[in-house]
Parts: sequence; C-alpha cells; structure tokens
Amino acid sequence: MFTAFLIKYAEIGVKGKNRYLFEEALVQQIKYAVRRCEGEFKVTRTQGRIYVDALSAFDFDEVVDNLKTVFGISGICPVVYVEDEGFEKLGEEIIRYIGKVYPGTDKSFKVNARRARKNYSLTSMEINSEIGSVLLDAYPAMKVDVHRPDILLNIEIREKIYIYSETIAGPGGMPVGTGGKAMLLLSGGIDSPVAGYMIAKRGVKIDAVYFHAPPYTSERAKQKVVDLARLVSRYTGPIYLHVINFTDIQLYIYEKCPHEELTIIMRRYMMRIAERIAEETECLGLITGESIGQVASQTMHSLAATNEVCTMPVYRPLIGFDKMEIIGISEKINTYETSILPYEDCCTIFVAKHPVTKPNLNIIRRHEQNLQEQIDGLVQKALDTKELVVVR
Amino acid sequence: MEVYLDNSATTKCFDDVAAFMTQLMCRDYGNPSSLHMKGVQAENYLRYAKETIAKILKVSEKEILFTSGGTEADNIALTGTAMANHRAGKHLITTRIEHPAVLQTMQHLEEQGFKVTYLPVDGNGRIRLEDLQKAMTKDTILVSVMHTNNEIGSLQPIAEAGALIKKMNPHTLFHVDAVQGFGKFRIYPKKMNIDLLSASSHKIHGPKGVGFLYAGEKVKIKPIIYGGGQQNNLRSGTENVPGIAGMAKAAEMLYADLERDVERLYYLKQKFIEGVGRMEYVKINGLTGRESAPHVVSVSVRGIRSEVLLHALEDKNIYVSAGSACAARKPQPSATLKAIGVEKDLLESTIRFSFSVFTTEEEIDYTLQALYDIVPMLRKYTRH
Repeated sequence: MFTAFLIKYAEIGVKGKNRYLFEEALVQQIKYAVRRCEGEFKVTRTQGRIYVDALSAFDFDEVVDNLKTVFGISGICPVVYVEDEGFEKLGEEIIRYIGKVYPGTDKSFKVNARRARKNYSLTSMEINSEIGSVLLDAYPAMKVDVHRPDILLNIEIREKIYIYSETIAGPGGMPVGTGGKAMLLLSGGIDSPVAGYMIAKRGVKIDAVYFHAPPYTSERAKQKVVDLARLVSRYTGPIYLHVINFTDIQLYIYEKCPHEELTIIMRRYMMRIAERIAEETECLGLITGESIGQVASQTMHSLAATNEVCTMPVYRPLIGFDKMEIIGISEKINTYETSILPYEDCCTIFVAKHPVTKPNLNIIRRHEQNLQEQIDGLVQKALDTKELVVVR
Repeated sequence: MEVYLDNSATTKCFDDVAAFMTQLMCRDYGNPSSLHMKGVQAENYLRYAKETIAKILKVSEKEILFTSGGTEADNIALTGTAMANHRAGKHLITTRIEHPAVLQTMQHLEEQGFKVTYLPVDGNGRIRLEDLQKAMTKDTILVSVMHTNNEIGSLQPIAEAGALIKKMNPHTLFHVDAVQGFGKFRIYPKKMNIDLLSASSHKIHGPKGVGFLYAGEKVKIKPIIYGGGQQNNLRSGTENVPGIAGMAKAAEMLYADLERDVERLYYLKQKFIEGVGRMEYVKINGLTGRESAPHVVSVSVRGIRSEVLLHALEDKNIYVSAGSACAARKPQPSATLKAIGVEKDLLESTIRFSFSVFTTEEEIDYTLQALYDIVPMLRKYTRH
C-alpha cells in the first residue's frame, strides 16, 4: 500500500549555507542504497524534503533495511499517495489507511495537515477537525489527544495528497562524503570494522588498509577482511582496501628487536605505512579500533608509542568503549559473526608471552635503530607491492 | 608444478567419470522411478552401479544402499541400526580415533539414551583386541571401527575384530567406516564378518555428494530420511543417478589395477618418508610400512605451526592438510593425534600428506626439496 518514503534528517538541517551540499550527498547515498533493492526508485529533493518514490513493485522490508544503512537519515516515514478527488473521498482513504496500518486500534491520535498547495478548498485547521471527526465516527474506540497522541497522522496536500503516520528510526549521523576521507586500519577482529562504521557515521568516507603475512596468515584470513569490508561498505559506500604484505617487515623486526617489543614496533610500522598510503590517497586521518587497556598494545603507554610515529590525526572512536559495548555495535552492523571466525591475523602470530605494557619510548626508538640497515627498503617494497581490492 | 597431496580430503575426479556423468545429466537424465523409457534407462545405470560395487565387495547387489556420502552412510549405519535394535540392548562400541561422522553420531545416540564405549588406541593408532573383548557386553548391539584412519593412516585389525565380535555375540553388528580404505584395499565384508560398511565417492576419484553403505541382508535398519520410498524405503529421495553411476565407474577403474597402483603408492610413500627422515626436528606419526595405509603420511615438525607450513608449501603450489581437512578449520587439536600420544608441542605442528594414483615420483622429489628449503627458514622464526 505504501508507494513512497519521506526521509527525515535532523543534523544536516542546521548546516546553514552548506546545507544543499549535505542534502545532495544524502540523496546520493540514498540512491546508492536503493540501487541494491529490487524495483525502480526515484529520489527527489523538494522544499527541504527528500522523497523516495517507488516506480515499480518493491519489497517494503528490503527498502527499509537498506535505507537504515544511510547515515544522515533520522527517520523513514512510509507514505501513501492518494489522488485529490474531493474531501469526502479523502476521508474514506484515511479511514482505510488507519484500518490497515492500525487494525483494531483504540489508540489516541492527532491530525496534522499541511497545505503545500494553498488553493485547496479547506484550511489546515479545517482539515484537522473534519478528518478527526470522520475518524472518530469510523473508529469509536479511538480518541483525540492533541498533546501526546499515539498516532500523529500527517496529511500533506500537494499535487497529490500524502498520508503518513509512522516513523522508522534511521541511523542518524551525517551523509558519507560530507566529511572528507580517512584510512581505516582494518584487521580481522571485532573492533576495527566498528571503528570504521562509527567514523563513517560522521559523514567520513572510508578507505582501508589490511596487513597480511603469508604464510603465517592464510588466504581465508584475507578473505575474511574483504568480507568485513563488504559488510561495512553497506554503510560507507565502496571501500578501497589496500592489502600490504607485511611478512618481511615482521620477520625482520623479529630478528632484530627484543621479542617483548615486537608488537609495539610492528604497530609503529603499520601506522607509518598506513599514513604513507593515507597521504597518497588524500585521506585526512587514520582510524583504528583501539580502546584503552584492552590489550598490551593498547595501554596509554603503548598508544603513545604507536601514536608518536605519525603526524596525521588518528581517530580512535572506541577509545572509551568496553568490549561488550563494541560487540553490541558489531552485532547491530552484522560484522560480529564474521569477526569471530578463527583465522590467525598478523598481530597474533609472533606475540610474546609477556609483551611490554609500558613501553619506554626512548628504548623503543633505540631498538628501532637495529632495523636501520634494511627497514626503509622493506617498507618501500611493501608499498610497491600493495594490492588494491575495491569492495562494494 | 602443482602438487596436490591432500587426497585424503578429496581427490581429482577421473576425466572418464566426469564425461560419463555429463552424459547422464544432459542426455540420459531420467528419474529411475518414472515408468517410461527414460526412467528405465536411468534405472539401468543404477543397476550397473550396484552390480559394480557389489562385485568389488563380493556381496549381493541388494545389499548396496546409495547415500549422499560417507557421513550419511555412517549416520544410517549407526542411528538406523541403533533405533531398529534398541530392544536388544543399548550399548555401542567405537574407537577414539573415528571420523567426526561416527563420533558425533555416537554423541547424538548417547543423548538418546545409548551407552557408548570409546576404545583407546596404541601409539600407532591401533585398537587392542583385548580392549574390544573386555568392552563387549550382552547389551552390545553394534561395534563401529574405522578401516583406515584419515589422519595418520593406521589400519585396524578388521578381520580379527569381526571374528571376535561374532564369537562373543553373533547378534552384535559390526560397522566399518571404510571411507579411507575403499579404493586402496580389497575389503570383503562376508569374509570379515562386517555387517555394515561405509564408503565415499569423492575419495576415490568420483564426484562429491555421493557414497554408499553396504548393509548385510539381515541387518535391521530404521530409515533416517523419509519420503517417496526409494531404495526399498531405506533411503527416500530421487537417486543421484549421475553421481552414483560416476562413483561406480571410478571404483571400477580403481579396482581394475588395484595391486599395481597400491604397490606404487607404497613405493612413493617409502621414498617420501625416507626423504623427510633426513630432516631435523621431524617426526612421522604412526606406522610407516605395509601395516599402514599406502597413501597417508602424518608429519610433525617441531616449532612450526601446521598452518604456517601449509601456507608456505601452498606458496610453492603444494597442497596439503593441517592434521585432517575435516578438523583443520576447527581450532581444537586433533583427537586422533592426542589418542596416539603425540606430545602437546607437536599437536599443532602436524601436517598430513596424502597421495593418489595421480601422484608422481617427480612430485615427491619436488615436495621434499620444498620442505628442505622451507623448514629451516621457518624454524628460524619459531614462536617462543
């Protein structure tokens, strides 16, 4: 019965003169989302509103699920269009609408009419009261409540007449593409996909880098990361995933540096490499899934040690989150099941029994000197042989 | 060079088998239950398959039941007979090194109120007949023992076990999971007192998704799949004619020259074992001579995780398994390796090489050379 969706957006409404940019980005993202759905749709922006009109038969649940992945949408209202065939006919349509959407209801309601077309024969106030009494006659169990109605019945008089009353919550945030681009360090774990999701929610486009270490990590581990990127891309749009072969660097560090510092030094090189790719791809920052104290490499000391090597801002949206909170989000965005597949990633393969938790920067720097001979060449080689996977 | 040494996981389909199956899918595609010519034709292919396999096992074709693979054959053999015979007793016996298709089914039966004894094995992965004898009670309705172990290639004393079981209780059924043994050995159920025998097609260069269960004429079985009553009501569902006929053809081809092929496999295995033995930090699990399967070699390399060695070999186009393919994607260490007493350090450092009729001497040399190159390199970076 619904033929369109009215898209509500909250935050971008207050962006002043940039507003049209945000709205256009939102329209683009909505188009991208409905392209995944069966059927044909038209997305239009009129008078500060965005409508998604179905031009063919469509699967209601599928469209709603996909719209729920578009950042910037605060609410999705399924709309019924009726032709303007006189006020009496409108009353009948509305009775039918209520009967279908709220079968057997005894809820309170309020009618909220708006005339975009001012030549309609009744004023908004008149429509409100007339439709109110029509409904009370048809459904005696219902009652009017103008302050806190259960059902807010919207009637918009345009070329056609739009009826809607339900609002399905959207994901909020801002349309992807309005906030620049950042490079996500994506592992196969639970945290990094969530971190990417959270930053994308603020309108940021995401690229990603993954470090793999064959033969220590498998093709399946890499496929898992591609799969995770694909799940995140439902929210972020296409992701350019840069795959770096990290084996030689890792083995070299293993050979030359104290074992307890392996993870920290390794992560420092990951940050350096990620920053290099980020610069090349015009990213404005790095994103990691770190959270204070979660593991040895994420203590305040360790974070300071890994943070030191790059000048680009590092966004850590999960920094104050507990594991259970992160898992909650990963379940919501459907990455959890994939994240927990048991393939070893390159961070765990050589991990020491007792890695340092309070690395001393001076010592770390001194030990990195051991790498002087070959490390630049190895880093360059890793960058030169990087593989690009476009995930959409 | 591409070297496929994971033949215990699955094998390459014979070209002739694939061509034969294409014909059965695209030209002779009838349903054997149909009354018309097309149906009769399809039924004839089923008859051919039954006759072929029955002849190899020296049993009656009425005793061959086609299934979706080894796992289903094991499920019918255990659950089907346990449910049909539970009034005679509620005790089952198996070994600790069975394939999950048997072990998990046994666990399911334990939940249904059956009692299961799991026989231990010796350091070479063989059960002891004394243990079997001690485990047998008057309540024992079924004993299930695998013919060839999938992880270390150990062989069980099947004929001796069969004789012992029947001597102690002629009504106790004897099931043999021969998924790894069929196609490598001549197995004659009637001479070995085997009542039920499972096999799988894709381990013998046939297609995936098909297998068979030999079930002696007098064995009572309750179906586990219900429907249109095909295969004497024992296993409903339209028969997978191309798969079944393909499996029979593959078996026919393998058994035509079995002794020669097996002889060659033992030669390759011996050569491989000698080559591997020249390396340090390496241990072969289980027996190595004629008392073991001709196609499986289990190797532990101290200090190298199996997955790492596997991927390093993969890099040289050599395909092997970590432990066994069926368990390799689960993080827990292999029950078989534990059961034969492999030390803890080596449990996760074990690789399985498995050969087939396609394996060449050149491939063995190439693989040995690859190991000589890779193992010392990987050992340098052993995890502390």
